[in-house]
Amino acid sequence: MDANIGVLALQGNVSEHIDAFLLALERTGHGASSEVFEVRSPADLADCMALSIPGGESTTISRLIDKNDLYEPIQQFKGGIFATCAGMVLMATEVADPRIHPLGLMDMTVDRNAFGRQCESFEIDLPVAGLTGGPFHAVFIRAPVVTRAGPSLTVLARLQKGIVALEKGRHMALSFHPELGDDTRLHERFLKINGI
Amino acid sequence: MKTGQKKEQRERSKSKPQTERDLIHLGDLRFGTELLKRGFASMQKGGVIMDVVNAEQAKIAEEAGAVAVMSLERVPSDIRKMGGVARMADPEKVAEIIEAVSIPVMGKVRIGHFVEAQVLEVLGVDMIDESEVLTPADEQYHIDKKQFKVPFVCGARNLGEALRRINEGAAMIRTKGEAGTGNVVEAVRHMRTIMGEIRMLRGLDQQEMADYAREIEAPAELVIECAERGRLPVVNFSAGGIATPSDAAMMMQLGADGVFVGSGIFKSQSPERMAKAIVEAVNHFDDPKVLAKVSTGLGDAMPGLDVHLLRDDEVLQTRGR
Repeated sequence: MDANIGVLALQGNVSEHIDAFLLALERTGHGASSEVFEVRSPADLADCMALSIPGGESTTISRLIDKNDLYEPIQQFKGGIFATCAGMVLMATEVADPRIHPLGLMDMTVDRNAFGRQCESFEIDLPVAGLTGGPFHAVFIRAPVVTRAGPSLTVLARLQKGIVALEKGRHMALSFHPELGDDTRLHERFLKINGI
Repeated sequence: MKTGQKKEQRERSKSKPQTERDLIHLGDLRFGTELLKRGFASMQKGGVIMDVVNAEQAKIAEEAGAVAVMSLERVPSDIRKMGGVARMADPEKVAEIIEAVSIPVMGKVRIGHFVEAQVLEVLGVDMIDESEVLTPADEQYHIDKKQFKVPFVCGARNLGEALRRINEGAAMIRTKGEAGTGNVVEAVRHMRTIMGEIRMLRGLDQQEMADYAREIEAPAELVIECAERGRLPVVNFSAGGIATPSDAAMMMQLGADGVFVGSGIFKSQSPERMAKAIVEAVNHFDDPKVLAKVSTGLGDAMPGLDVHLLRDDEVLQTRGR
């Protein structure tokens, strides 16, 4: 089957997400005419089966979502959203920062830069619920954590500071950056829960 | 010995799990790796990093959508005017800027001045710019950047300089341009040079590549990596003379991953509007209609300098080869 996946390309780690999804699609046997493309305007969203919101600077991305009239189109988007780092911040209902205009798609409170500054960024082998093949090598960069998750969410992984991976229906939110390695298990799982 | 033991003890007690349900021990964490440094740099892509000299400017930059701010004592055009030795900013200033914003804060140190870098690292800056804009502290060696947990960005005029800096541990490269001039011509020259050299590599075989690596005084394995990937192994920003939204968009069209704006914002007539306009110009770098709109009614850009009229000792880009 051919798949179309969009990556929100306003700012941040866009090309790595495109490469990671291409690799995940290839590994799950999708057709060669599957596409992973940049989403920069509401019109681009129409062709997507699923959307990825990459890491970057959440204040910048939030501002550009509003500027590019993407706020409501993303809120009303029918497919699943794969949100990492800054993307996770934007998926929340509550963020303690007036500069962020969160999409409110997942009932959770997110704390930005929860581990501290860049020198406190870290890598760790993280056990993720339901993921076979051992822990996931997770890269946390000035990462957020979820300090409160509503009953509609399924927690997949947590650290002392809080929850770092969760799902809600077709959406998946991660504090860390699976696109920085070549382990595509989480991307593949996301494709699966979206029937792709 | 004693302090070392104490430190170890402190770290052990910190890493103690708080509750039974915690599966992860903080002792399993790895900090300051190459992946974390390059990953941090990668998150800045498509963004604008703005020079600021105080908390007030930092807030304006954050409000305008900057992905990070560069804290420094004086913007480059003022460094040119003042003359004398330009050094790392006062730690009090850096701390004040860190306190003021939630976006990453970077700081400049003199080329080769590893102690200024140690100081900025403990202050908590998120990236260090080992910068030719400040007066070099070492004319022989750059900082051994692999010794640090904090990532570094370094300036380059060509592929050889870029790869030597990456080999020393730089996680991000920026064109040097000619800082503080408001004149984009040197940034363009450096970006075209680096991109052109990488394109040229594709036509070379292994032996020719090794020969070319010797010629540009860069490690052969990094030259080969550039040839294979068709780009530098780390992100490549543009800096040094960007003064308008069109300047920023031009650098993006020439292949920059993002831009640094130094004097261009806070030396313009209306810094708030200029900052927002440059952020939007980088976001829509390939859409002239949007560029026309955001460039309208900004007031005067910073006053510019003709780089050909600079005396040899006023040229910053030749520092740190």
